[in-house]
Amino acid sequence: MSTAQETLVDIRGLEKRFDLSGGLLDQLRFRNGRIERHQEHVHAINGVDLSVTRGEALCVVGESGCGKSTVARTVMGLLSPSAGEIHYDGKRIDDLDHKAVLPYRRKMQMIFQNPYASLNPRMTIRQTLEEPIRFHQPELSASGVEDKVAEVMQSVGIDPDWGKRFAHEFSGGQRQRISIARALAVDPEFIVADEPISALDVSIQAQVLNLMMDAQESRGLTYLFITHDLAVVEHFGTRVAVMYLGRVCELADTATLFSSPRHPYTQALLSAIPRLEDDRPNHIRLHGEVPTPVELPSGCVFHGRCPYANDRCRQEIPQLIATDGGGQVACHAVEEGRL
Amino acid sequence: MSAVTASRWERFRDSYLWYSFRRDKVAIVSLVVFVAMVAAAFLAPVLAPTDPYDLAQIDIMNSELPPAGLAGSDPAFPLGTDAQGRDLMSTILYGTRVSLLIGFGAVVLQSLLGILFGLLAGYLGGRVDAILMRIADVQLSFSTLMVAIIVGAIFKASFGNLMFGEIAIYLLILIIGIAEWPQIARTVRASVLAEKKKEYVDAAKVMGFGTPRIMFRHILPNTLSPIFVIATVQIANAIISEAALSFLGLGMPETQPSLGSLIKSGFDYIQSGSWWITLIPGLVLVVLVLVINLLGDWLRDVLNPRLYKG
Repeated sequence: MSTAQETLVDIRGLEKRFDLSGGLLDQLRFRNGRIERHQEHVHAINGVDLSVTRGEALCVVGESGCGKSTVARTVMGLLSPSAGEIHYDGKRIDDLDHKAVLPYRRKMQMIFQNPYASLNPRMTIRQTLEEPIRFHQPELSASGVEDKVAEVMQSVGIDPDWGKRFAHEFSGGQRQRISIARALAVDPEFIVADEPISALDVSIQAQVLNLMMDAQESRGLTYLFITHDLAVVEHFGTRVAVMYLGRVCELADTATLFSSPRHPYTQALLSAIPRLEDDRPNHIRLHGEVPTPVELPSGCVFHGRCPYANDRCRQEIPQLIATDGGGQVACHAVEEGRL
Repeated sequence: MSAVTASRWERFRDSYLWYSFRRDKVAIVSLVVFVAMVAAAFLAPVLAPTDPYDLAQIDIMNSELPPAGLAGSDPAFPLGTDAQGRDLMSTILYGTRVSLLIGFGAVVLQSLLGILFGLLAGYLGGRVDAILMRIADVQLSFSTLMVAIIVGAIFKASFGNLMFGEIAIYLLILIIGIAEWPQIARTVRASVLAEKKKEYVDAAKVMGFGTPRIMFRHILPNTLSPIFVIATVQIANAIISEAALSFLGLGMPETQPSLGSLIKSGFDYIQSGSWWITLIPGLVLVVLVLVINLLGDWLRDVLNPRLYKG
């Protein structure tokens, strides 16, 4: 770990809405004798503040639909934010045009969830790996490119002689290694991994995870790791951010979070991990369903299912506050000492 | 590892395409007939006994001779002669060449237009998509032949008969190519819409590749198999369209007959007993279009069983 806590990626007040209402004609509704324009949005992210420190592996966890993948895709520029800013190494990157953002494309890379769709089926592995190197380092000679490809293939445990093969000739685990090799080929500093192992066989998951940790050590990488698998977080993450309905509800060091979760949602989430020693599982049962992100609840997004919710929780949106454990939590009950 | 060093030919020999071809008798026969017809047509200057474009070799006294085996036939003209005294076999060989050239040319043109517009519409979406697809819809709502007839008639009127005769083959390629591009554009657009959601496209975007590179180098190769199927069937359609236009007098001139204009030139003499001038080129046309369609059917079954019959 670097001694100074240097922030590499800073996400400030990020919001992302998806329009559901379609074209202008679809938006017009006839109501109470007059025509009104009616728009609906999915609020995928509602004000996320996160900062990724250089050299760490920040894990983002949460159930499906909580917006964790949207955060990853917005940080990478695959989606443009509806509000908020993304800073990389102190410079704002979310409003740059295609040319200006190119240097950051090399520094920031992404690993995708589905190894069966993330490699172009019509390209050989060598072509897949060569193209980004040629694109970002046009000054390299043909043999230089070849050496670079061989080096990254070796570093992910794929025999460089297999370069002439197509993606469909590899297994899921091998394909995910090749995806990692493609991300590493341009020598990035920061890698966003969007559930990189959830589509893999359990026996392969550990291999790929260890490969990512080795790469982190040898290349000094920083990870933003999106997952729903809490066991992976415990093994991999330096810090953990827990998301619920497009908001961060708790952010803490991995050890702190797992030993003393503060937010009621985190407590419920952690109690749901099955443990071998449990003969009488007594996990916290939450009532109801996750509310729809189309009409967000007022106040704290979790208040409808929270056993500690009071009037303030129903009206006022809680902000992240520092806890004594070094983490941050967005909960009125924790702030007021009720919890 | 043998697979590592496999050449293109070895890959092809191991492929499902070749396997299913070997097991499909209809496809084998169709391909053999098609290749034979293409070879004969393009070797016409070598194979044909006479040159139908050379007026010096034509004798009007030989006109309307019946094919071999019928009373009054001449052994020099195995398939008989037409009303101008041209050897029908030579004329059919040259005419098949013209028909095939127009068919291939028109399909190349409509594929270029269709792929370009389909890729743009599918990948860029939004307003570009809306405009291009509405143009395609408008064009599809007319009959192809009607558009071709109008354009052909305008060209013929503005260039005059002689000039039109010289550039007819290029004009027909242009007319049929432009009239049929929406078919291919729609197919390409549909495949692009499916492909662009896949993660390899996101990976290319994250790499910072430009839009043209992603469209042509990453997405296009993955949309090619339905294009092959459509293009094959469209060759047959283009040949039929050309024949129809020629039959209506808007296609190839009689001095450079295609199969269609041969059928038309013989049609005037059917009542006077010279049925072979129409029938034999007609049979050649039917066989040509049939084998192309059968090949297209086979390709469709192999490459994309779900694709709607083009």
